[in-house]
Amino acid sequence: MTWANILIQGALVGGFYALFACGLSLMFGVMKVINLAHGDIAVVAAYSAVFLVPKLHVAQLWAFLVVVPLFALIGYVVQRTLLQKAIDRDPFTTLLVTFGLSVVIENLLLEIYSANGQSVNIGELVAKSWQVNSVIYVSDVSLVVLGVAVLVLGALQLFLSRTSSGRLIRAVSDDREAAQLCGANYKHVFGVAAAIAFATVALAGIAFGISTEFDPTAGGINLLYAFEAVVIGGIGSLWGTLVGGILLGVAQQFGAHFNLEYQTLAGNALFLIVLAVRPQGLFGRRVSLNE
Amino acid sequence: MSDTTLPQSAELPLLVERSTFSPIYTLVGTVVVFAFFTAAPWILASSWVSVLSNFFVLLIMATMWNLLAGYAGMVSIGQQGFVGLGAYATLYFAIKGMSPFVAIPFAVLACAIIAYPITYLLFRLRGGYFAVATWVIADSAMLLILTVALLGGGTGKYLPGLTNLSPSELDHDTYLATWFVAFVVLVATYFILRSRLGLVLSSLRDNETAARSSGAKVTSTRRLIYVIAGAGCGAAGSVLAISQPFVQPANAFSLNWAAEMLFASMIGGMGTIEGPIIGCIIFFVLQQSLQNLGAWYLIIFGAVAVVIAIWQPRGIWGLIRDTTHFELLPVGYRVSASSLSSRRRVSRDAN
Amino acid sequence: MSPDTNESASASTLLSVEHLTVFHGQLCAVDDVSLRVGEGEVLAIIGANGAGKSTLLRTIAGLHRPASGTVNFRGEDITHDAAHQRVRAGISLVPEGRRLFPSLTLEENLLVGAHRAAEGPFDLARVYELFPWMKDRRRGKVFQFSGGEQQAVAIGRALVANPKVLMLDEVSLGLAPIVIETIYEVIPDIVSHGIGVLLVEQDVSQGLRVATRVHCLLEGKTSLVGTPASLSAEEIEHAYFGAELPSTAGRGEPS
Repeated sequence: MTWANILIQGALVGGFYALFACGLSLMFGVMKVINLAHGDIAVVAAYSAVFLVPKLHVAQLWAFLVVVPLFALIGYVVQRTLLQKAIDRDPFTTLLVTFGLSVVIENLLLEIYSANGQSVNIGELVAKSWQVNSVIYVSDVSLVVLGVAVLVLGALQLFLSRTSSGRLIRAVSDDREAAQLCGANYKHVFGVAAAIAFATVALAGIAFGISTEFDPTAGGINLLYAFEAVVIGGIGSLWGTLVGGILLGVAQQFGAHFNLEYQTLAGNALFLIVLAVRPQGLFGRRVSLNE
Repeated sequence: MSDTTLPQSAELPLLVERSTFSPIYTLVGTVVVFAFFTAAPWILASSWVSVLSNFFVLLIMATMWNLLAGYAGMVSIGQQGFVGLGAYATLYFAIKGMSPFVAIPFAVLACAIIAYPITYLLFRLRGGYFAVATWVIADSAMLLILTVALLGGGTGKYLPGLTNLSPSELDHDTYLATWFVAFVVLVATYFILRSRLGLVLSSLRDNETAARSSGAKVTSTRRLIYVIAGAGCGAAGSVLAISQPFVQPANAFSLNWAAEMLFASMIGGMGTIEGPIIGCIIFFVLQQSLQNLGAWYLIIFGAVAVVIAIWQPRGIWGLIRDTTHFELLPVGYRVSASSLSSRRRVSRDAN
Repeated sequence: MSPDTNESASASTLLSVEHLTVFHGQLCAVDDVSLRVGEGEVLAIIGANGAGKSTLLRTIAGLHRPASGTVNFRGEDITHDAAHQRVRAGISLVPEGRRLFPSLTLEENLLVGAHRAAEGPFDLARVYELFPWMKDRRRGKVFQFSGGEQQAVAIGRALVANPKVLMLDEVSLGLAPIVIETIYEVIPDIVSHGIGVLLVEQDVSQGLRVATRVHCLLEGKTSLVGTPASLSAEEIEHAYFGAELPSTAGRGEPS
């Protein structure tokens, strides 16, 4: 049954998109920053897993144990130094700076590692799949990624709603000045949000590197998908991002069913339709898409 | 904007003028520049001519991007969509038998027609969301073109209609096409910014809320600028197709165009006409000097743009203007109090 | 009575502002203002709309940088300290418009206020004593509360940080007189702990009723300083509006 296959494959890739997107969503929610280099950070994480982690005598399968905390630290530092300076100017500057960073990162990767496709090597695990019936195959990797995505989103949600740091992040997202008046160092809170964003997108990058071949320009298309997932699901809602990712995945599988060339286009079409009909997304708060 | 307080005595007559020097100089200068660049194929070496060709293509794009972002406040990372559409419209008309050079204005018109309805969707967004949406649209345009076999699909196609010219004739004609289009675009931009539309744009650039409340038609102005920018980038794509002349989606719709036009405007100075010119010059100097080092020119260009955005947001031209108060292509107004006896000018630049 | 900024230079001065000048863009919002707030005092800053009162408070809180002048707190110069550092030192501002966190519950709002609290008499339990209705509405989303309730939450949020100086910016704005009364009722309690209160009020009569001293601003400059008892209605009217009004009986209530 092709319909079931479309839905299942769509849901599986949707989990991946959601993992990609939650950092983007967080950075926008907290700092009102759209990090155009978001996708490229994931790609850098994937390259780190392939080239740098083996130097530490760690198998690429366990790369995330090293890469994720490292990227959390990098995220905090980049936010406190470069991005904060851009934010202090105005949103315009922040957009231009993150775009500039994106281009610089992509071209640096191109220079250092060339345009050849790479893959995170986890041996035979990557090919294992679970046969549901004669038509439907569920790849083990994508199932694990979906599971990880749900876990990460759940953990993030709990963190934000139950812990005092999470509460602070929500307060700063709501009203930065009022939070300052409560003694919150908003720049530090921004740093923490960026750290979380970088860590989750690094995880997504490694997952990406495991499932597909990647090259320096892969960041762009993933930013696009992450962004579409956030907008479709609704800004400001983490679970909405998961739903958005799944819907995007399903739409893409649907398009691919007719013609492989239509895959991305079908996703773009859904995105544009949501934009036209319900700009705040499915579960969006009444936060406008205007800055 | 530099401002010093006007002298206390309001009895001094206030002078409102458009520039620090007489418009005659601008006119003469323009004629000289036009003559020089038109004669370039016969004056300069052919390698220079082809560099100039590429320079003008980028200049068109940067000027348009600057109009969009620096004046109307819309940051787009999707103008490469119009570059590609312009290139492919030219290809289409050429396939249908039109001379590619004649096809240029038609390609421009096609881009304008496509840009207009897009604004109704796009303008629901602002800021970062607007920017990414422009990219989604550009990406979609490329994906759509990829499915059209007539236009060569993913592999690309040679632009027909150029084979009857000798190589040097072709180079000359291509160069002249890019120069004339660039000249028209620059002159048009200059007049737009000098006009009332330009005043609205400047006020948009400086303070949107104030602009709205003073009655300026913000949305229709934005729409007009978006269409103009789309048409302008289409023109760039059109002459790009002619100069290549192998038209390929990955090249015509490349995000690198977005990067280059953006960085050139940022480094040169946004919100000015001279800025993109300077930015493009710097770009080509960088590109020519780092020719053999792959993508390093773009890495450095991007890094410089990031540094300038944070530490010198008015760009290089902004720096020059702040220190010398010199306007090459004046579009603003100067209000000054001039006294007959002393030549001391206390003025407030508003532009 | 001419503006005498050296009044009340008592030994228990908590906050002192000297020759503060603050610009809002090109507008001079606060022009060479000096004032002092001591322990257990209530200093009311009155003035018309746009007189610079809010800007003054926000600058003291650290949200604006002054062009010149100093802000001293308990003997230390805090002029260049960040806003969050001042809160941790002991200055809390209840901002104009309340500025609660809309996606947080009442209790969460208070908890955020308390996350860097100093030692002191005010904790969540104490705030629930001051405003008993809060206990039942702890998990309520604050954006659904009435104006008066929100104002109370905003004050509670500032109190749980245990400030030594509490600043209130236009707490009566948009509230019914009865509600304003209940809000102002807690001030004596606060002051009894030795906390200094600096409040901004457009409603002159309200300000005068609760103040130990009054400081009037006109277009950013100090126009009058004194105690409510020693100032006449005419003097206040003159200082508030900057001109003699045709003689009207009673106090100069702004429209």
